[in-house]
Parts: sequence; structure tokens; C-alpha cells
Amino acid sequence: MAMQASVTRPLEGSTMKRVQFSSPLLPYLFLAPQLAVIVIFFYWPSVRAIQSSFYLEDPFGFGSTFVGLDNYLGVLANPEYLAIARFTAIFTALVTFFSLALGLLLAVKADAVIRGNATYKTLLISVYAIAPPVAGLIGMMFFDQHIGPFVKIAAFFGWEMKVGLSYFDTAFAMVVIAVWKQIPYNFIFFLSGLQGLPASVREAAAIDCRSGIKRFWTVIFPLLAPTAFFLLIINVTYALFDTFGVIDVMVKDKAANNPITLVYKVYMDGFRGNDIGGSSAQSVILMIVVFVLTVLQFRFIERRIHYT
Amino acid sequence: MATIEIDKVSKVYHGNVPAVSEVDISIADGEFIVLVGPSGCGKSTLLRMVAGLETISSGTVRIGGRVVNDVEPADRDIAMVFQNYALYPHMTVRENLAYGLKNRRTPKPEIEARVAEAARMLELGPYLDRKPRALSGGQRQRVAMGRAIVRQPSAFLFDEPLSNLDAKLRVSMRGEIKRLQRRVGTTSLYVTHDQLEAMTLADRLVVLSGGRIEQIGRPLDVYHAPASTFVASFIGSPAMNLVQGELHGSRLAIGPALIDLGKAVPTQGAVTVGFRAEDLQVAAPGGTAGHVGTMPLRVDYVEELGSQRLVHGTVGDQTVTVALGADAPLSGEMPVAVPIGRLHFFDAETGRRLAWSSVEAHRTTTAADLLEIAR
Repeated sequence: MAMQASVTRPLEGSTMKRVQFSSPLLPYLFLAPQLAVIVIFFYWPSVRAIQSSFYLEDPFGFGSTFVGLDNYLGVLANPEYLAIARFTAIFTALVTFFSLALGLLLAVKADAVIRGNATYKTLLISVYAIAPPVAGLIGMMFFDQHIGPFVKIAAFFGWEMKVGLSYFDTAFAMVVIAVWKQIPYNFIFFLSGLQGLPASVREAAAIDCRSGIKRFWTVIFPLLAPTAFFLLIINVTYALFDTFGVIDVMVKDKAANNPITLVYKVYMDGFRGNDIGGSSAQSVILMIVVFVLTVLQFRFIERRIHYT
Repeated sequence: MATIEIDKVSKVYHGNVPAVSEVDISIADGEFIVLVGPSGCGKSTLLRMVAGLETISSGTVRIGGRVVNDVEPADRDIAMVFQNYALYPHMTVRENLAYGLKNRRTPKPEIEARVAEAARMLELGPYLDRKPRALSGGQRQRVAMGRAIVRQPSAFLFDEPLSNLDAKLRVSMRGEIKRLQRRVGTTSLYVTHDQLEAMTLADRLVVLSGGRIEQIGRPLDVYHAPASTFVASFIGSPAMNLVQGELHGSRLAIGPALIDLGKAVPTQGAVTVGFRAEDLQVAAPGGTAGHVGTMPLRVDYVEELGSQRLVHGTVGDQTVTVALGADAPLSGEMPVAVPIGRLHFFDAETGRRLAWSSVEAHRTTTAADLLEIAR
């Protein structure tokens, strides 16, 4: 939430009051708990991951051998890994696009509702309260071979859906569930963004432009862009990492060749395959990918955004 | 260029008292009409109904003879200037000006010509490629006006456009709006709560209170013959003095003062008497001449305006304000002369104006004629 505030309201920071502390150490003391959490749970594991990515660890914990870049070379030369990377890219693009698009569509529609809008909002937001594994379970019920309504709808159109057996069908269900889980989050931010737009600007646009759709793309969407940019970054991260719970529920203990993403592969190799070195190398690669993606987004998209 | 007819228009928000009830206004082509009243009087609601931003509960609005009740705002051929400018923050000044024209598929050279013309008229040339946030309040308001002008609409609608500006800028922008409207000759409907703005801008004033029209008329007519105590207290600064009086034959009693009106008055008994602060004078010692009565004014405090002294005090137990010259002598209690011809009488119950003097009617016509000549 703090990040949201700083992204959509960057100007507020500049008008904030300076606070004077009696001792120069005091502000560091206030920051210490937060810093401790970041160091212990973020930097320390990251450093360990980078370190162990250069070693070949004994699966049973009897020491480790330095192997240089071998782990990285092994991972990048593995065709299976490259296939998973390709799937991850497609999965991330689809999940990000559809959860942003549907969240925006629902927010625009809910914003236009005058009567009973609190009910609509609560119903749309409530999905967000569901934990990812539970969302995965509920999603699996929707796609269940025997009772799943989605399977029945697909059958009605002549599509014999076999989630858990067919690679494509599982991937489809995975995208649907991941999108479904993320829509409320985007919905909340888009809705509050829409409601933060000055009413008179929208009214001026109503006088200047007859077409509601054109009005949306020329006036309302550009004003929502700061929110959309923030959500883009959050959604990419979500699709890459936070879908782990959903994927785990869907593919765990399934014998077939099912689609998984890079972060799940890290988990599989590290905790199921006990290949700590290779798994660490993968997570370092993933870290670099996300870092590069974020830098690119800031460089090429953010400069086109107008902060009000 | 078009007429606007507002015919028995009402606005009722579900279950509440009407915000606007049965308002009739007929606006001639090229006329500048100002809707004025205190906040909550329904003036903005009425304007927004003409713009199409609020639905019309009952009645009809015609722009250029066409009923527009169910016409989208973009299709009403109107342009609106908002209180907080409502510029598109992500577009440059040039794009802001061109936006409405682009959406109406105006040919490009035409758009460029009109934007250039508006920029020249409003002296916006140097700012055309800036974003609104890089402009001052006055410049933003000029862009908002430019956006209305380039459209060359049938009518301009102004919703308190000067309220966000500081006092000095407000005066200069007021002049600019008047000058521009004269120049382009577009029918205008202007909403304000500032009676001074209303007086100076309007061809005709519409004074609203509680969703109803109190009075429609030329500014000086409204000033000199307010139709009710509400109008009397709203138009003019300082506000007209309104005191309770008692009429007996040709005599008027205000508190302890007894004034001879010089001729019998058709109404008798309790009335509300109105007189403007600037029509009162300190009575010369040695009595009064003609049909001038005097009231003893006990002075409470004095406001120095530089050009004027506003003396606030009481006659009996009723408050009265007197506007005197800057160097008028002051004392704790002074006799104030009431010019008989400039008294206004209102029904003590309803507050409606009571007809009294033929002199007064003659005088206001003259004032209105003078205004016409001045134009």
C-alpha cells in the first residue's frame, strides 16, 4: 500500500513536512525493525542463493564443491528449462493482460453503477480475500472432470477438457484461475483511481466528445495511467511469483507432463530434486529477469505517463 | 448563436424537496444572462440541466428552438466553462483547445486557424505547448474559455468560472469575459453567487432562491426595484437596510422615528421598509426640508473603506447601515435623513414588493434607458 501511495501520488512526498529528531540516531532506531525484516528475510536469503548457485551441494548435506558457472550453464543448456521459460513468458503475458483488462472493465462498469454499487463492489472485491492455494482448490473444482461447470460448458461447445492430463487444457485452467484471483486487486485500484478523477474533467469530456469509448481512451485512460503502470509491475510480479500456490494445487502429484512456471521449477529442483545449486542458479536468473523487466518498464512506459 | 428557452423546468432528487422548481427563462439570441443566488439555490443545477449533465425531472429546455431534454451534452452545441477549469491535464494547451473540434471531425486547417484565433484573442500564444499544470490560475481559466470559444457553439455556459481566482484577477477576468462575449456575440448563461459579478456582467439577471425565480430583470431594474426582501438583501453591497415599519395614512413609523411620506399610501399597517445605505444622509442640523424624515441612529461601529465610511448602528432595536462620505463627521448618535422617494415597501408577511410610488417607476426606467445608451 505504501508503494501504491508513492506511485500514484508522487507529488505528495515533496510537500511533506520535515521532521526534526532530537538525536541523529533516533530515525535509524525507528527504521531498525523494518530494516531487520528486510535484511533477514530478503537480503540474507538472496546472498545465500547467489552464493550456493556457484556450488554443487551434496543432497544429504555432506559438504559442497565450488563449480563456478556450471550450474548456470547446465540450467541454460537444458531444453526442458527453456520450454518452461517460454511457457512462463506466455503465462505471465496472458495473466497480466487479462487480469488488468478485466479488472479495468469491471471497475469502469462498477463506477457507472449508481444504485446498489456497494453490493457490486463487495462482491467483486471479496475474491481477493481468498488465499492462493484455496483459490487453486476452488478453481480445480470449476475445472473438475465430473462436477466442474467450466468442463461442462466446454463440452457443450465440443471441447473435451481434461485438466491435469492435457498440457494445453491445464495451462488454460491455470491462466483462468490465476486471472480470476488477481482481478479483484486490479479492480480495487482501478475503481479508486476512477473515483479520484475530477468529475468536472469527465463532464468537460462529455461535452467535447460524443463517443463514450473514445472519451475513455483519450481522457479517462490517460489519467488512470499512473495506476495502470503501478498495476502492470505488480501484476507481472504476481504472475511470475505469486501464482505458485495456484500452480502447486493444480499440478502437484499429477503424473502427466503439466505446464509449470520458472518459480515452480525452482521449487521442484530444490526441494523435490534436492539440487540446491541448480535451483539457486535458477532463482538468481529469475531475479535478474525481473530486475531487467522492471527497469525496462520504468524506462519505456513510465516516461509516457502523466502524473497529475 | 441561438435562443435558449427554459420552460417550467424542475429538478427533483428522489424523495427530496425540488432543487429547482418550475423555472421559466427565455433567453434571446446573443443575450448574457446571469443566474445569481446563494449556495443551494439551484442555480448550478439549472445550468447543468441546460448542459445535459443533469437529467430534467420535468419541463423542457430548447436550444435554438430544438428540444434538448434527451440530447447528449456533446450534441447540444453548447460549451461550458467550469469553476475548477476542468482542463485535460495530460494534454497541452493546444490539444486542450483542439480536442472538442477534433472529435467533431473539423478539418485540420480549420482547427489550426480557430486555435490560433482563440490563442490570439486570449493572449495564450506563448503557452500553447505547455501542459495546464505549468500555467497560473488566470491562464488556466483563459484556456478554459478558449476551449469554449474555438467550438463556436450556440451558447456558452459558465459555472462560477471566477470563484477560484484571487480578487484582483477576478475583476480583470470579469472584464475579459464581458469583452469576449460582446465580441463573439454568443448567447451566454452564467452562474455566480457574487452579486457584483452578476450586476456587472448581466444583460439580465435571474435571482434564484430555494429553486425558484425571485426576479428577472436588467441589473439596474433589479437594483432599484427589488421584487422581494430576498432580492433587496442579496443585490447591492452593502445590503439594503430592511426594517419593520408601520404605515398610518401618509405617516410611516420606524421604531421611535415618525416620517411623513407626504401622500397617502394604499397599504396600511405593518410593512417591511427597505432603503439603501447610500441613499441615507446625516440630517443637517436645524430640521429637514421637503419630504425627508429623520431617524435617530445610535452608532455601534464604523467600517472605513477609504472611499466611504460604513456606519453600522441601530434605530430603536433594528440594525441600520449608512454609507457616508470618507470625511463625514461622526458622533455617537446622529439623525439620519431618509429620502422619501427611495423607500421600498415589502409585505411584512410574504416579503413581496408593494407598489407605491410612480416617481420611483419613472426613475428606474430612466436608469435602464441610460444603461441602454451606455451600450
